[in-house]
Amino acid sequence: MHPVVTLVARRVALGLILLWAASVLIFVGTTILPGDVAQAILGQSATPVSLANLREELGLNEPALTRYLDWMGGVLRGDLGTALTNGEDIATAMGRRLGNTLLLAGVAAAIAVPLALLLGIVAVRFRNRWPDRAISTVTLAAISVPEFLLGYLVIYLLAVQWRVFPSLAAVYDGMGWAETLNAIALPVIVLVLAVLGHMMRMTRAAILNVMQAPYIETAELKGLRPIAVIARHAFPNAVAPVVNVVTINLAFLVVGVVVVEVVFVYPGMGQYLVDHVSKRDVPVVQASGLVFAAVYIGLNLVADVVSILANPRLRHPR
Amino acid sequence: MRRMPPSALVGLVLTGTYFAAALLAPWIAPYGMAEIVGDSWEPWSATSWLGTDSIGRDLLSRMIWGGQTTILVAAAATALSFTLGSILGFTAAVQGGWVDQALSRGVDLMMAIPSLITALVVLSVMPVTIPVLIVVMGVLDATRVFRLSRAVAADIAAMDYVEAARLRGERQGWIVFREILPNALSPLVAELGLRFIFAVLFISTLSFLGLGVQPPLADWGGIVKENREGIVYGIPAALVPAVAIATLAISVNLVADWVLNRTASLKGGRGA
Amino acid sequence: MPDPVLAIDNLRIEATTHPPGEAPRTAVLVDGVSLTLERGRVLGLIGESGAGKSTIGLAAMAYGRGGVRLTGGSIRLDGQEIRLAAPGALRALRGRRVTYVAQSAAAAFNPAKRLMDQVVETCLTHGLADRATAEARAVDLFGRLGLPDPGTIGRRYPHQVSGGQLQRVMTAMALCPGPDLVVFDEPTTALDVTTQIDVLAAIKGAIRGTGVAALYITHDLAVVAQVADRIMVLRGGRMVEEGETGRIIHAPREDYTRALVSVRSIDHAEKAEAPPVLSVRGVAARYRGVPLDVLADVTLDLPAGQTLAVVGESGSGKSTLARVVTGLLPPTRGRIAFAGRPLSPDLAGRSKDDLREVQMIYQMADVAMNPRQTVATIIGRPLEFYFGLKGEARAARVRELLDQIEMGQGFADRYPAELSGGQKQRVCIARALAADPRLILCDEPTSALDPLVADGILKLLLKLQAEKGVAYLFITHDLATVRAIADRIAVMHRGRIVRYGTKSDVLSPPFDAYTDRLLSSVPAMRQGWLEEVTAGRRPEAGGR
Repeated sequence: MHPVVTLVARRVALGLILLWAASVLIFVGTTILPGDVAQAILGQSATPVSLANLREELGLNEPALTRYLDWMGGVLRGDLGTALTNGEDIATAMGRRLGNTLLLAGVAAAIAVPLALLLGIVAVRFRNRWPDRAISTVTLAAISVPEFLLGYLVIYLLAVQWRVFPSLAAVYDGMGWAETLNAIALPVIVLVLAVLGHMMRMTRAAILNVMQAPYIETAELKGLRPIAVIARHAFPNAVAPVVNVVTINLAFLVVGVVVVEVVFVYPGMGQYLVDHVSKRDVPVVQASGLVFAAVYIGLNLVADVVSILANPRLRHPR
Repeated sequence: MRRMPPSALVGLVLTGTYFAAALLAPWIAPYGMAEIVGDSWEPWSATSWLGTDSIGRDLLSRMIWGGQTTILVAAAATALSFTLGSILGFTAAVQGGWVDQALSRGVDLMMAIPSLITALVVLSVMPVTIPVLIVVMGVLDATRVFRLSRAVAADIAAMDYVEAARLRGERQGWIVFREILPNALSPLVAELGLRFIFAVLFISTLSFLGLGVQPPLADWGGIVKENREGIVYGIPAALVPAVAIATLAISVNLVADWVLNRTASLKGGRGA
Repeated sequence: MPDPVLAIDNLRIEATTHPPGEAPRTAVLVDGVSLTLERGRVLGLIGESGAGKSTIGLAAMAYGRGGVRLTGGSIRLDGQEIRLAAPGALRALRGRRVTYVAQSAAAAFNPAKRLMDQVVETCLTHGLADRATAEARAVDLFGRLGLPDPGTIGRRYPHQVSGGQLQRVMTAMALCPGPDLVVFDEPTTALDVTTQIDVLAAIKGAIRGTGVAALYITHDLAVVAQVADRIMVLRGGRMVEEGETGRIIHAPREDYTRALVSVRSIDHAEKAEAPPVLSVRGVAARYRGVPLDVLADVTLDLPAGQTLAVVGESGSGKSTLARVVTGLLPPTRGRIAFAGRPLSPDLAGRSKDDLREVQMIYQMADVAMNPRQTVATIIGRPLEFYFGLKGEARAARVRELLDQIEMGQGFADRYPAELSGGQKQRVCIARALAADPRLILCDEPTSALDPLVADGILKLLLKLQAEKGVAYLFITHDLATVRAIADRIAVMHRGRIVRYGTKSDVLSPPFDAYTDRLLSSVPAMRQGWLEEVTAGRRPEAGGR
């Protein structure tokens, strides 16, 4: 069997194992740690009887393994459980929200990735000269700044002072494309800025690494034009490292989304998770945590598989 | 060798100032942490240099007290993550074998879920107190420190001078502390700075989400949360702590960059 | 009279480095070098590292690597001044009229593209031929350079082909566009000894066959004597001497040239018999996870106070043998005895005294020393660890050792980064001596050093052996070093000893096939040697 196939298969298997292990970790994190869920929900003034009843109702008296298997069984069937606070079905509530979050992340990624690549190439082309230094300074500022600062700064400037976009990203079903984009413009800008900082540094490093390889010098000594050098020699070898960088940062995007959604009161997964953490709604927290973990693990899996496929030594073994 | 580039110098001075303010808070804050001194969101004046916050407390004082909380919590979390991560990382690199495998796989698993998500999940069931926050942040961040220190230690352990020490018959402890550690300091110290920044950003984010430092204690993230409504009305009070976070992070970054650049390659080349 | 292909006059090359946080530094790499190269002739540029030969080679294409700038003088390619030419003009020349063969073919090829694509790229870019013609030319060159399967080798990727073959493909790539000048930058240095000769012969044949002019850069005078018509000796960026090859080798005028010519002609008298300090009996070893034996049935003796040279190419198992003797890799079979007593196969089972008696010197002295320790600390540690010496007693002994390695007292407080390559290796020798051992394992200690510096180290080792009676197990791939330093020789090939005995025995005919091949691969310092050797040889298929 071709080594590439084995490697990819192994990596996918690893991804599935990680996902399963993550589910265990999340479950353990919410049930075995000290802290009484029933107490947290009913508050300090709850009577022992009502606490006991709630525990019975929530199935907290079952052994942990049974509860875990019940939960996982449900997840695999598509049933993510019911929210404690308002009894709504988690899977339905999440469906729409997940779509919103993916929209936000997707648009942000679509802008940030090409921009980061472009800036990375510019930084390398003008290495150590002013464009490079300027880009480095801006990215340094961007990664030192928490997303919520970026959020409020952007709101302050673009929504309040200059009134370009609305300050609350309210989206609802049935919105037209233009309206939706207008509503999510600010959160997208914030996400792009947040991710751009990290991604730019890494793409610059990855591209620089490729450009300093000896075979680039060989290409120059053959008298090739700079475009040809970059397109024919640098680019094929830069695919793997750049994809790696992009995927690492997309994973970072997953986290940035949470904060941004809270700042802009955007009805997505992040907002959903944070709200229910404060309310100590364990089923929602478990389900959301699992979904986030799955997306994160999935993206890293894709990155690794692309790396494997892009490696000529693996595609054409000796 | 003491010639620092101006950026690193600025970074060092600013960082020092912030840390000093954090330690000396009780003596330099003009007002108490919860003292009401005026109306909501008054602009800056002679008695209140940064104006007041959403319920009339002096913003400057809140900033200083908040700075103390932010910096001390972040520093404690960093100390925990660093100690835990580097000890385990070194052990994994030097011992190798199943110890390395077990630790590395465990860390891989923990890093399979984004830190913020794990923190949120854990904080949904645990009481949100300062010690819990420090432990959660410390353990989560220890994974990154583990990876870095393991890589650094493994690189050094592969050098011939470490093998020469082993061939001499030196004990494991001597090898780790006298051969490996001195050569690992530079990248580790730079990483210390980066981990601190991350801790500051992380605790601020958690507080902003309402899941970090709880009132009446304040930290910078919490102050942003309290004043966020003002933004829509054009009141920049919420931006002040956010800017403080950013400038602290940038200054530590500048210092960390300088430390990293000082790790000149100490290996010579070929020939005469 | 036609212009010479290359005419360099009073060339000056500088480089500026920007260490972080400090002022930029400018160094002069080449100062006032002039040379002329006629059509179809080969000029050898020889010198040690830092002499500037690669820099000059690249300057022939008006190229400077990194921060290197061509600041003065004139460079004329076929009459055309190119030192300050515009990038567009230079691009028209490079790959077309002048081409470059790099030292490491493995790094110089794009790992993501097939070999044929890269070989014909210059012809296509400069519009010299269409694809079919270019490929035909390439296949013809592959054949002439002795590559196996010339018709299909072009379809492979760089990592699917051996080092020696890759070097030949790079030569084909340089010759394909039919240039006027080819710059060969140490093309055989990175190859195994037996492969070197085949590749060298192939290159020479191709140069003569195509009538191209060539600059051949190397640090090995014997190698360049085989291919060059004229030789220029460089040192510290300046020309030392220049002339016809025969004259340079047989009648050098400058002292430096004389030293280079007489390199490795050290010799010493054979020693009397002595009881063995190291006995290896039937040792076999393998690495964990690898089902193959890396060492098989190795038996040898090292008499006290003598040198046993273990010679072989990469993969012969000689380094593994060193690891077995030191105890880092316990053998799967066999025994090792030290001065008559059995030696524990595992490092952990050896006493402190056992460990003291067997010391090691490494190939790369830079990584063999802790960069954060001073010379005094490095040399002093064994004194403290084995003998409990401290304070003034230790400092005094360190001073003695510094004298013995012919380095002054001022070196005690220096750090390894401040030392030259030769000095670093001397400090490592002092460290080994400090333990007062009876056996020192030398793992290719001179392979990474320039010839003159290596000579100095070998002379030092011989002197110390005469003074202290210490035995050396000297591992090397270089036969000339073996001739200089060995009392006994063991030739290793694929994990086995193929020939073993005293130096005179091993180096006298009749030889087994492998030793014959090995011995005939060391270039002699005279012209015509290459032709003699290749007449009686067939290139080994798939040589490394």
